[in-house]
Amino acid sequence: MPVAFTLNGTPAVVEAPEGMTLLQALRGPLGLSGPRFGCGQEACGSCYVTLDGEPRASCTLPVEAAAGRAVGTVEGLGRPEAPHPLQSAFLAEQAGQCGYCLSGILVSAAALLARNPAPDEAAVRAALEPHLCRCGAHNRMIRAVLRAARVMRGEMAA
Amino acid sequence: MNLAFGFPMGKQGNAPDLPGSLRAEPRLARWLRFSADGQVFVTPGKVEIGQGILTALAQIAADELDVPLDRVRVLAASTPGSPNEGVTSGSLSIQESGIAIRHACAEARALHLRLAARRAGLAPEDLRVEDGVFRRADGSEAGSYWAQASEDLLDVEARGDVPPKPAARRAVAGQAIARGDLPGKLFGQPRFIHDMRLPGMLHARIVRPPARKARLRALREGSLPGDATVLKDGSFLAAVASEEWAAEAAAERLAARAEWEMLESLPEEERIADWLETTPAQHSEVERRDDPAPAPMHEVSARFLRPYLAHASIGTSCAIACWGEGELTVWTHSQGIYNLRTDLVTVLGLPPERITVQHVEGAGCYGHNGADDVALDAALIARAHVGRPVRVLWTRAQELAWSPHSPAGLAEIEAALDADGMLCRWRMVLRGNGHSSRPGRAKDPTLLSAAYLDPAFPIPVAIDAPMAGGGGGQRNAVPGYRVPSLDVSMHRLLEMPLRSSALRGLGALLNVWATESVMDELAALSGQDPVAFRLRHLGDDPRAMAVLREVASMCGWPRRSDREGVGTGIAVARYKSTGGWCAVAAEVEAAEVVRCRRLWIAAGLGEVINPDGAVNQLEGGAIQATSFALKEAVHFDRLNVTTDHWEAYPVLRFSEVPAVETRLLGPPDAPPLGAGEPSLGPTIAAIAGGIHAALGIRPRSMPFTPDNLAAAME
Repeated sequence: MPVAFTLNGTPAVVEAPEGMTLLQALRGPLGLSGPRFGCGQEACGSCYVTLDGEPRASCTLPVEAAAGRAVGTVEGLGRPEAPHPLQSAFLAEQAGQCGYCLSGILVSAAALLARNPAPDEAAVRAALEPHLCRCGAHNRMIRAVLRAARVMRGEMAA
Repeated sequence: MNLAFGFPMGKQGNAPDLPGSLRAEPRLARWLRFSADGQVFVTPGKVEIGQGILTALAQIAADELDVPLDRVRVLAASTPGSPNEGVTSGSLSIQESGIAIRHACAEARALHLRLAARRAGLAPEDLRVEDGVFRRADGSEAGSYWAQASEDLLDVEARGDVPPKPAARRAVAGQAIARGDLPGKLFGQPRFIHDMRLPGMLHARIVRPPARKARLRALREGSLPGDATVLKDGSFLAAVASEEWAAEAAAERLAARAEWEMLESLPEEERIADWLETTPAQHSEVERRDDPAPAPMHEVSARFLRPYLAHASIGTSCAIACWGEGELTVWTHSQGIYNLRTDLVTVLGLPPERITVQHVEGAGCYGHNGADDVALDAALIARAHVGRPVRVLWTRAQELAWSPHSPAGLAEIEAALDADGMLCRWRMVLRGNGHSSRPGRAKDPTLLSAAYLDPAFPIPVAIDAPMAGGGGGQRNAVPGYRVPSLDVSMHRLLEMPLRSSALRGLGALLNVWATESVMDELAALSGQDPVAFRLRHLGDDPRAMAVLREVASMCGWPRRSDREGVGTGIAVARYKSTGGWCAVAAEVEAAEVVRCRRLWIAAGLGEVINPDGAVNQLEGGAIQATSFALKEAVHFDRLNVTTDHWEAYPVLRFSEVPAVETRLLGPPDAPPLGAGEPSLGPTIAAIAGGIHAALGIRPRSMPFTPDNLAAAME
């Protein structure tokens, strides 16, 4: 059954057998690598995407649930030649170790900054609470999100 | 990796007098080569496991060669081309690989300069290297690495006669250089083995039995989704399909159709301490000293228990294998590609030269996880699909339940102070399984699925490296404090119901906590300040004193709690007694649960190649240790591990992560020591100390949950 939705601003269609999850569709036929498999149980945040701007896990969501909606992944945030302020801030803060959790964390952080341009540290922690990082790079990531927010508010140079 | 253990030392062609891993692989061409188009390829045997090592190794090479960092490409290790550096573990990659690359590059630079100078009719000292180009005093060019790339100059053994640059002349090593691997990861690019897609690749999922000891009795027939097929070899069962969703769905159906014969083989978790005490074990002395000791005045006797711990990487184990005509290629995130190859040889019956093992980065690795196991899984399945690459990905449940676990352990300490409040006697006895089941070190393979084949391979019981190789369960069991009468011994269990192996810190997690707790208790008994008491016993070790003083100053020791339920603990240890010095202070808040609010870390690592990377490692280790200390325990019933999902095995979350302040003390002209592990033991110990300061309870059982703390009060 073909399922059509917008993927990072571009129309996408995927031929989805019954039971295929959005994550399987994104990593399989749609050829993305950003959304990552971590648990398949909505418990770690590695696979987070936005659905009509709301961050959520894609690992249990049937791909049909995305039909006609806007799906956003880390690939849609920015590119190396035109990075999202969050991506620049994570580089500036060297916010990561193994990096496996970063795709999902960036998606949630971008959604946070879209609805709250001036979050405090507690708001950042709350927005990232669904995400696990096993390497212990949390504090760097919190600093990076706060830095990106300042840049986006024009209070700091990128 | 460690020198006495698993390292191909002493064989023909090795060079015991050379620095770092040049001892194992002295040929320069195995470490680096230049290309005509202006790049230098550095080929370490150590691998990226999320710690940023490849960036640090590039910095070392750039400095010695006088080339900018962007000309240096550090390649992922592969058999047979890469030097065999054993395993990427033990916080040794800078000491072993980094030092080898530093000296190899220094020699390579000298060889190239010598050739260029000879051709120019000059002495090598008359030339300088500028961006890889050799220039005369007047600035004119007299060759370059790139122009001489095809000269085979490096096809020689290192001589160890070219000193690397003195510390003061290093321009790149020592700088907080941005990691080379991070940009790709921030843009969602395919960087991990999980992202590899090879033409014609099949996907597979393993169906594990519901018990550790199990035999596949029957598999009911039934349809499978897509083009999925079954692979069965003894009790090894897998689903294979050309699309990943189909392999996943097929594995679920197979799991429902499989009938297993099961045996209860795991100990009763509620009586784990008894099990540790009564299981047959090999007793060995770790260290003993019988100097004359004054009479004891204050005595402490305490027993400490730690649970099994899981690696709990955010990504699950993954591998790709492809069989050709009697040969096999494996892509793996193993920490030791040659060790893995050795066990693949044993299981698959191929000669080593017919197996290529290529490293590809996985998710964060904190020790011997499922990476090696899943590589065998992929090879077994690919054997039935010759010519097609087969990608195997473990499920979350398999990752948490079937990866090797860090073993439960008991530590008993009896210690005494004399009338002057100085240590006079220290006795410690350890019990537990060994901390290494790494592949490639025993007659039989240690790879998980080998035990489920027909015929099955026996899985060797985990061992402990000798102290000269860093130790395992006994790591950091010998206190760094001066004491005349010392008796440290261990009982390594000879039965292994749950596969045990190395997790970041190994025995240091339990031993530093136990040691530092007893030191706190002795200080309290004799009315001494815990920091001053420790300093009195560290007189032989100025660098330990330095990190302890530094962290005391950072946290404002002695910290008097402003509120009830808040307290600060402090601890210090030199990792492995041969690695980095680290002191940690932890501010703890005890309400319904215990939270760690702040950590202060001071570390003496000698020369630091990348200070930001070292701080990242120390802080990451401390946060992981906070998670171990406060939250983590593998639970099991008599059949299997039951903590096979994140809700059952919670790790520290964003809301729970303490603020961390870290300082590096160097000194910068001392040899470099690893940053990955020194902070873990002291963090657990400092949190335990903070709990006592907050609640008046000495934790005796990890994790420091309300239940375990309540038991400690009884």
